[in-house]
Amino acid sequence: MEAILLTGRTIDQGCSKESGKESEDYKESVAICEMNADDMKNSGIKEKSNVKVTTEFGSVVVKAVKSQRLRTRGVVFIPYGPWVNQVLASNTDGTGMPLIKGVKAIVEPTNDEVPTINEILSKEPMKNYTVK
Amino acid sequence: MTVVPNIICPVCGCCCDDIEVTVENNEIVKVKNACAMGASKFESYSKHRNTTPMVKKNGRLEKVPLSEAIERSAEILAKSQLPLLYGWSCTSCESIEVGIELAEELGGIIDNTSTICHGPSTIAVQEVGLVGATLGQIRHRADLIIYWGSNPWSAHPRHMERYTALSEGRFQKSVWHKFWRRFNVESIKKKILRISEITRKHQEPAIPFEEQTIEAQKTSNEDRKVVVVDVRKTRSADMADYFVQVAPNKDYEVLQALRALIRDEELDVDEVGGVNVTKLEELSDVLLNCKFGVIFFGLGLTMSEGKHRNVEAAIKLAQDLNRRTKFLIMPMRGHFNVTGADTVFTWQTGYPYAVDFSQGYPRYNPGETSAVDALRREDCDTTLVVAADPVSSFPKESVKNLVSHPLIVVDPCLSPTALMADVIIPSAFVGIEAEGTTYRMDHVPLPLKKIVEPPENCISDEAILRQILDQVRRIRRSKG
Repeated sequence: MEAILLTGRTIDQGCSKESGKESEDYKESVAICEMNADDMKNSGIKEKSNVKVTTEFGSVVVKAVKSQRLRTRGVVFIPYGPWVNQVLASNTDGTGMPLIKGVKAIVEPTNDEVPTINEILSKEPMKNYTVK
Repeated sequence: MTVVPNIICPVCGCCCDDIEVTVENNEIVKVKNACAMGASKFESYSKHRNTTPMVKKNGRLEKVPLSEAIERSAEILAKSQLPLLYGWSCTSCESIEVGIELAEELGGIIDNTSTICHGPSTIAVQEVGLVGATLGQIRHRADLIIYWGSNPWSAHPRHMERYTALSEGRFQKSVWHKFWRRFNVESIKKKILRISEITRKHQEPAIPFEEQTIEAQKTSNEDRKVVVVDVRKTRSADMADYFVQVAPNKDYEVLQALRALIRDEELDVDEVGGVNVTKLEELSDVLLNCKFGVIFFGLGLTMSEGKHRNVEAAIKLAQDLNRRTKFLIMPMRGHFNVTGADTVFTWQTGYPYAVDFSQGYPRYNPGETSAVDALRREDCDTTLVVAADPVSSFPKESVKNLVSHPLIVVDPCLSPTALMADVIIPSAFVGIEAEGTTYRMDHVPLPLKKIVEPPENCISDEAILRQILDQVRRIRRSKG
């Protein structure tokens, strides 16, 4: 399904970032994709199932969550965090600010697992992610 | 057990100054008055923190004494051709001052988190100015509060309660009873909807787009009014008297349409940016009929298409409105001292962020000297991160370059950035374990308190940076 990807702060993300980004809470509140209920029905995406979000700049697997707040179809929302950064561009068009809200994306159901923060960061060609 | 009153909260730009914590055996056991984010920081800051300095040796991080970590950082920085010094919004103004001194000494680029937050707002303010005031004025006088592209319920939870619609001002009363009623009605509606969904297994028909783009709640003319403009119906929108739903990336169009409407011009289209023009006319009447209005704008304007041009249009709307009534505009700053970072940068270098010292004098050119761009182009060969987590907040490509060069992190937390560093220096939490100055989002400086003693070996960011600076100077002098 084609969609416009929005990002932003949520209260859960705000609280869990203060209590540690390695925590399961942080992953659960950030590695999600809020979607419109009709969109989910049409593209055969079930609540809490995994979806692959792909943009021009990359792709990432996150968990789909039904949201009453996205009332227009074709719009999806992922909170700020390392997961959504996988699909955003570094180009800033000379402003210093990358385009972080309103990016064109494709959302599709997948059987792949949602990566942990370690898995995202240890992906090649990143430096070896050293755990404490 | 001691109760420490009137603490400044070191979380968001609201910098609430009425937090009360109870300390027992150098531990915070109780927090009063804080929002969910504030409470979360005070209660669990010590659970996920790092207390040991580490240096990477043979590909693995090893525990070292503080002096060795500082020495190693100074060596790496002194060797660098063009270091990037990034972060600064979660530390005190005093530390930022030393950071700028270090950047000048090294001839590096120094940038703060504004660069991926309200940087575009700063560019817009430099072009068209800003009609501003302190939050106290707004608390006492504002009868129309607009949140545009910002969601205070989630990002600045006590903003409404302390500074706008839910605060008890001298000339404007709190409207919490109205909100409370609305909140209850909303939750009952949701419950009914959920039950009907379960029993009838039937979905509500979708509301046509035009009908849902603006929603007006019943409100008396005497009350303070809240307008929320956003691309999705946030929790803040649930509380608003008017909610305007704009199509993604169309804020600029809607702002310019409103500017035309308040000048009594007619629009020859039916819809702008997903909003019906008749509804926009209704909104422009609300704007013109207030006595004292304020627009709080968030990253919805700075991060979507148009960036600084969106903010420029919003500021000009406030300027236009001042011909007919009183109107202010203010950015909703995120981190507690991001305003301070901009302020200290400006008084020390002349520029608010993205400052490049490589020519020996400060240069400012966002898009060239900004952190995301410098990393994307691989201009920098070393990065010092202080009190920030760019690995979690920068786009992938910039992160890739950030971690492929030597990385030094000064931070109390073991953030994803710290875990990828070559040198980690844990510092004391400013506002909890160290004193300092912070600037609230309306540029009011406030003192951060030291409530508990930091763990052994953890000194303030300021002290760490001062030691690194001294070492760098020694190394450079010895090499002549």
